[in-house]
Amino acid sequence: MVVSSLKLQDLIEEIRGAKTQAQEREVIQKECAHIRASFRDGDPLHRHRQLAKLLYVHMLGYPAHFGQMECLKLIASPRFTDKRVGYLGAMLLLDERQDAHLLITNSIKNDLSQGIQAVQGLALCTLSTVGSAEMCRDLATEVEKLLLQPGSYVRKKAVLTAVHMIRKVPELSNIFLPPCAQLLHERHHGILLGTITLITELCERSPAALKHFRKVVPQLVQILQTLVTTGYSVEHSISGVSDPFLQVQILRLLRILGRNHEESSEIMNDLLAQVATNTDTSRNAGNAVLFETVLTIMDIRSAAGLRVLAVNILGRFLLNNDKNIRYVALTSLLRMVQSDHSAVQRHRPTVVECLREPDASLSRRALELSLALVNSSNVRAMTQELQSFLESCLPDLRADCASGILLAAERFAPTKRWHIDTILRVLTTAGTHVRDDAVANLTQLIGGAQELHAYSVRRLYSALAEDISQQPLVQVAAWCIGEYGDLLLEGGCEETEPLQVEEEKVLALLEKVLQSHMSLPATRGYALTALMKLSTRLRGDNNRIRQVVSIYGSCLDVELQQRAVEYNTLFRKYDHMRAAILEKMPLVERGGTQDEEAKESKEAQLSEAALVPTEPQASKLLDLLDLLDGTFGATQPPPALEPSPGGTLVHLLDLPCASPAPASIPNLRVFEREGLQLNLSFVRPPGTPALLLITVTAVNTSGADVTHFVCQAAVPKSFHLQLQAPSGDTVPAQGGLPVTQLLRILNPNKAPLRLKLRLTYNHFGQSVQEIFEVNNLPVEMWQ
Amino acid sequence: MIKAILIFNNHGKPRLSKFYQPYSEDTQQQIIRETFHLVSKRDENVCNFLEGGLLIGGSDNKLIYRHYATLYFVFCVDSSESELGILDLIQVFVETLDKCFENVCELDLIFHVDKVHNILAEMVMGGMVLETNMNEIVTQIDAQNKLEKSEPPVMEVHLQKSTLLERKRFLHL
Repeated sequence: MVVSSLKLQDLIEEIRGAKTQAQEREVIQKECAHIRASFRDGDPLHRHRQLAKLLYVHMLGYPAHFGQMECLKLIASPRFTDKRVGYLGAMLLLDERQDAHLLITNSIKNDLSQGIQAVQGLALCTLSTVGSAEMCRDLATEVEKLLLQPGSYVRKKAVLTAVHMIRKVPELSNIFLPPCAQLLHERHHGILLGTITLITELCERSPAALKHFRKVVPQLVQILQTLVTTGYSVEHSISGVSDPFLQVQILRLLRILGRNHEESSEIMNDLLAQVATNTDTSRNAGNAVLFETVLTIMDIRSAAGLRVLAVNILGRFLLNNDKNIRYVALTSLLRMVQSDHSAVQRHRPTVVECLREPDASLSRRALELSLALVNSSNVRAMTQELQSFLESCLPDLRADCASGILLAAERFAPTKRWHIDTILRVLTTAGTHVRDDAVANLTQLIGGAQELHAYSVRRLYSALAEDISQQPLVQVAAWCIGEYGDLLLEGGCEETEPLQVEEEKVLALLEKVLQSHMSLPATRGYALTALMKLSTRLRGDNNRIRQVVSIYGSCLDVELQQRAVEYNTLFRKYDHMRAAILEKMPLVERGGTQDEEAKESKEAQLSEAALVPTEPQASKLLDLLDLLDGTFGATQPPPALEPSPGGTLVHLLDLPCASPAPASIPNLRVFEREGLQLNLSFVRPPGTPALLLITVTAVNTSGADVTHFVCQAAVPKSFHLQLQAPSGDTVPAQGGLPVTQLLRILNPNKAPLRLKLRLTYNHFGQSVQEIFEVNNLPVEMWQ
Repeated sequence: MIKAILIFNNHGKPRLSKFYQPYSEDTQQQIIRETFHLVSKRDENVCNFLEGGLLIGGSDNKLIYRHYATLYFVFCVDSSESELGILDLIQVFVETLDKCFENVCELDLIFHVDKVHNILAEMVMGGMVLETNMNEIVTQIDAQNKLEKSEPPVMEVHLQKSTLLERKRFLHL
């Protein structure tokens, strides 16, 4: 049965007839199966049609990779119809990442030298669109030949292909530089356009080429002159302007050549003035040329009068009704704001007007330009404008606007109070869009401005009372209220209205923040700490605070729970230290998470004081602590301590090297009784110098098992000890599997280590308790 | 440099997609969707320029678009192209299509997408502007079509077309 294949149009009709996405998929999959079968059969007559259909479904997003080899076959065919579709397929399916890509090189080579210009055109087009670096290297000489042969159609394509080749393989510039001079003499606009593009590419890549092409500036000026003064030429004119595309390209090249070069700039001056004044600006084409002229004038070493003219043209365009013109004017002004700042400043009012545009593209440009125009003299006015913009702008611009305002405030703030006010306003308006470090910056700023503490805390309190949803604002406000709560309650502050604040209200507000579902965990942490600090700042009794703190001791959030438990302990056991711990923070250094670090160090102090209350052996350890407390060098021979060091106890010192590396500290046998031996081995991980890991190993060489074995340890107060669970509590007899336990000791102060061990176990039917201090600990353990 | 040229209708269905830089098929489709999403949000009386979507290079690239009746013509370019110039280029492209198809409408683009590719290839090559003279382009296209017709036709069995489509004139210039 002969299955006749659909024409492209028929397939498209069928696809359009499908009512749903699923139906469309079905139609296409059926057709792709036919196409695949046809490719397999190798039918040469219909191949081009099958590929055309495949390319169509490829555009709709369906897979078409199985057509890659067919493209190759079609390109190799002698028929133009086949080649046309084949090359199109190559451009769409065979980019340089495909394996089959290189295979088209040979076909392209053949087609380039064929002589039929349509075919040569196809080959050049494909080469310039998907040509890889190797391909370009291989075919460079072919393309060079085509540059100089007579047909203008092929020449213009060859020139642009040369541009692509240079982009892929910069060394090929050497081949394509010489023909440029001759090509510039062409009258054909297509060739000229391509040549200018080629020269531009060469100059952008190599300073030597740039120097070389400065010679042609007079020629370029001549060409441009002819275009401008020619008058109406139907062929190339767009809305009455002679070939604006070519004019724009020439102007761009002149800009590159005239930059930083007096002589070239001189030659161009008159022409640029002429173009700037005579171009018809009623239609888009004329405006395109005019804009390019303005940019060129500003970039080269032009006469002062000309520059003024250029900036004025831009200013005029800012007021134009056409939005496209205004957009391009704003973009151009942005480009020159660095180099000609004062000239652009003159147009500041108009730029600020553009902020109010409903068009998102325009207002974005206006925002960028406004931020670039802020300086110390206009910062107050500009910030005012930007703040009102922030309130009404689209969400995607908010983040940029907020960070722009904050940055400008940082650079140009006239007074600290203004700075604080500005940040406060930004946080209130767009709190969710500010960057993470805004909170840290503001707290640091407030902390440093002592005279403004009262003012800040009042303003923040009022802001917080109104709205507790903006997280950065809430965090800063909570911190401030915690730190300066006493100032809040004092009453008279001359900079704000007198605000009578009662203690209960302050506490209620902080509790509200704590309980609100809008508060992030970090915010709640701030609020809890603030509450705690207030316990020393407020005059009333602390029952309410203690209540809140103890409730949060069972909070699900681990961070909050830990804080609450620690604060609880602070209330219960260390009340005498509470005021000292919670007093006002000193000013923190700028940079990094200074706020978090300050909090962490406070937490570390608290935890050391409370000794991590979740530790099960807490009470016993505290007893041991008392033994060590301050009684250094006391001779307290604990009962039934086995032979003291120096006796028959063998210190299993591995023969040490002269200066042992921190990681290899010799093992130590610290205890032996009736066959039960206790050894300590030490490791100091190289990355953390304050950390010491001790492994306690209990070995039993006697005939009876040791059961219910428990080992406890104690260290002096400045150390931090963590006992991990032992591997078991029975040490089997006859040297069976030893019991091991890991001790982690943190020694940030590098103090000499003292270690006391307490053992309890049953052995030979007796319960034994041993307490002893480990002596002769090598200095490497703490140095 | 022109990064991509896209034509899609008011519902986002692609009518032509040409990329001048290698992107994977998935990325290409995503770019088409993203571009449609950005462009369709625009009002009628705003400027024709947009920042590029993230996939196609973000703020370094611009989308320059024109809306003709049911079709969006979108050129995605980098900062080396003149924005107003590209607007004119789009206009020239559409006028050339009009000349080649005699009062072009969306259906022409749908059913003859390969011809549209050929016309575009005469105007923009390798991401650069090749020729802007409409007459030159049309002459070339005519010559190529003649070359195709002059070749011996393929033996085929014609399918009877069941209906003749009514072509509506959509495109107003």
